[in-house]
Amino acid sequence: MSEAPIKIDIQGLQKSFGANHVLRGVDLTVPAGKSLVVIGGSGSGKSVLLKSVLGLVKPDRGSIKVDGRNVARQSAGDKKHIAAQTGMLFQGAALFDSLSVWENVAFRLLYGQRNKRAASKDKAIECLAQVGLAPEVGELRPSELSGGMQKRVSLARAIASDPQILFFDEPTTGLDPIMSDVINNLIVERVKAIGATAISITHDMASARKIADEVAMLYQGVIIWRGSPDELDNSGNPMVDQFVSGRADGPIQMQVRKFTRR
Amino acid sequence: MNPIAAVGRLSLDVFGEVGRMTNFAMEGAFAAVTPPFFWRPFLHALARIGFASLPVVGLTALFTGGALALNIYEGSIFPDANAFIPQILGVSIVRELGPVLAALMVAGRCSSAMAAEIGAMRVTEQIDAMSTLSVNPFRYLVGPRVLATTIAMPLLVLTADIIGVYGGYLVSVHLLDMSASIYINTLADFISSEDVTSGLIKATVFGFLIAVTGCYYGYRSSGGATGVGNATRTAVVAAAVSIFAANYLLTSLFVDF
Ligand SMILES: Nc1ncnc2c1ncn2[C@@H]1O[C@H](COP(=O)(O)OP(=O)(O)OP(=O)(O)O)[C@@H](O)[C@H]1O
Ligand SMILES: [Mg+2]
Repeated sequence: MSEAPIKIDIQGLQKSFGANHVLRGVDLTVPAGKSLVVIGGSGSGKSVLLKSVLGLVKPDRGSIKVDGRNVARQSAGDKKHIAAQTGMLFQGAALFDSLSVWENVAFRLLYGQRNKRAASKDKAIECLAQVGLAPEVGELRPSELSGGMQKRVSLARAIASDPQILFFDEPTTGLDPIMSDVINNLIVERVKAIGATAISITHDMASARKIADEVAMLYQGVIIWRGSPDELDNSGNPMVDQFVSGRADGPIQMQVRKFTRR
Repeated sequence: MNPIAAVGRLSLDVFGEVGRMTNFAMEGAFAAVTPPFFWRPFLHALARIGFASLPVVGLTALFTGGALALNIYEGSIFPDANAFIPQILGVSIVRELGPVLAALMVAGRCSSAMAAEIGAMRVTEQIDAMSTLSVNPFRYLVGPRVLATTIAMPLLVLTADIIGVYGGYLVSVHLLDMSASIYINTLADFISSEDVTSGLIKATVFGFLIAVTGCYYGYRSSGGATGVGNATRTAVVAAAVSIFAANYLLTSLFVDF
């Protein structure tokens, strides 16, 4: 997969919050039109990684290049360049609760691109249909939806303007298995049909296998492994092995401390 | 910590905060008057801030006008105290009480609401989401609110002036047996257009301050619901204090010239 030009190029990315060194030198490249899945333990910095690429988190060190522009410097022009071609699904959905569902989905069309309301609404309803939501849902407020529905609305919002770069932070968390598969198909279709470049974060191995061209594992602030989804089962890396099979014992020791009364 | 260092730190904090807020205010003013304009959030804000504040501002003005009439009547040392009522009452309401009281009521309603709303959007990543959708969240959230409040306040204060003076009229004419025509004529003789204009200029400045403090604390909030709660409380206090401070400054300007 090395023929395609590099779309996103992250080198030596570091980020700390106080004494918490979350990212300690992440190197990651994503070729144009490919789908990368990042796996890793809860709290390992996957969301921070995505937010750094979007310019929402300011990295301490390292470079992040999108189309050759270094966005780690966070100039307004670079941020605009990224935002204009990116769709992001936030882990917590982050829907605008003062707007109706369809206005959420059409937000960029309405206020970023200044399209007509009627046309934007049609497009929004179409995107809602793609994530399995009926047109009536468009008239509701986000607070009237279930968690999984909010996630799907957020996904519809991310894809509504056919962006070239897609970031999905746990797209299938909280969805039933069938709906998860629908969403997986949708992501695959976006990458294949539109040629979008995608980075997804997921804890769902079935989903990872389905949507990934390549999988990377983040552990203790660095990428410790990358490979194709087929290689997940015989990665030769004990940590990947433990993660994929979901065992409590192994080289990765989750920080669970026994409470002892002194 | 040694006390001198503590005082130093405190004053640095205060100056730093004032500096950041001034910066925010200038950016807010710029966003309010330069394109891109966001008409929908603007009209929403105008309706919620301007129109929905009418009852509370009107009632405040009505009772204040009435109370003022009683006070002037009771407190006067002159035998025909009635004649002073419209004169003193009109000027106090139009120049001072109308703008300040209306601004405090609107600050209580709207600075808090803005801080809470924008703060909640900050801590639930809605502001981040907006910027990934190619819309500048500062311009979408702050610009329309600043513009709407700055436009709505003078209109509210004008209404408050009329209702306040009417409150005085009700008490004077129906309780203190003053003749309606004397009340109205004295009022017309003594209230100048400068009085009204100076009150409306104050109102405009107060409206701007209300929106800026509300948006500022909301926009910077962090730390979940607790952080939003803090932002809300601080916003109302800061709005009220800056209204009083600005009122003093503007009054001293208007008195001089
Ligand atoms: N704004 C912030 N301020 C302080 N610390 C933060 C902030 N955002 C993230 N962190 C810290 O960074 C670390 C990584 O967070 P992140 O959200 O990236 O985890 P994650 O890998 O996405 O986990 P999960 O799978 O649970 O979503 C955590 O320890 C978290 O406490
Ligand atoms: Mg996360």
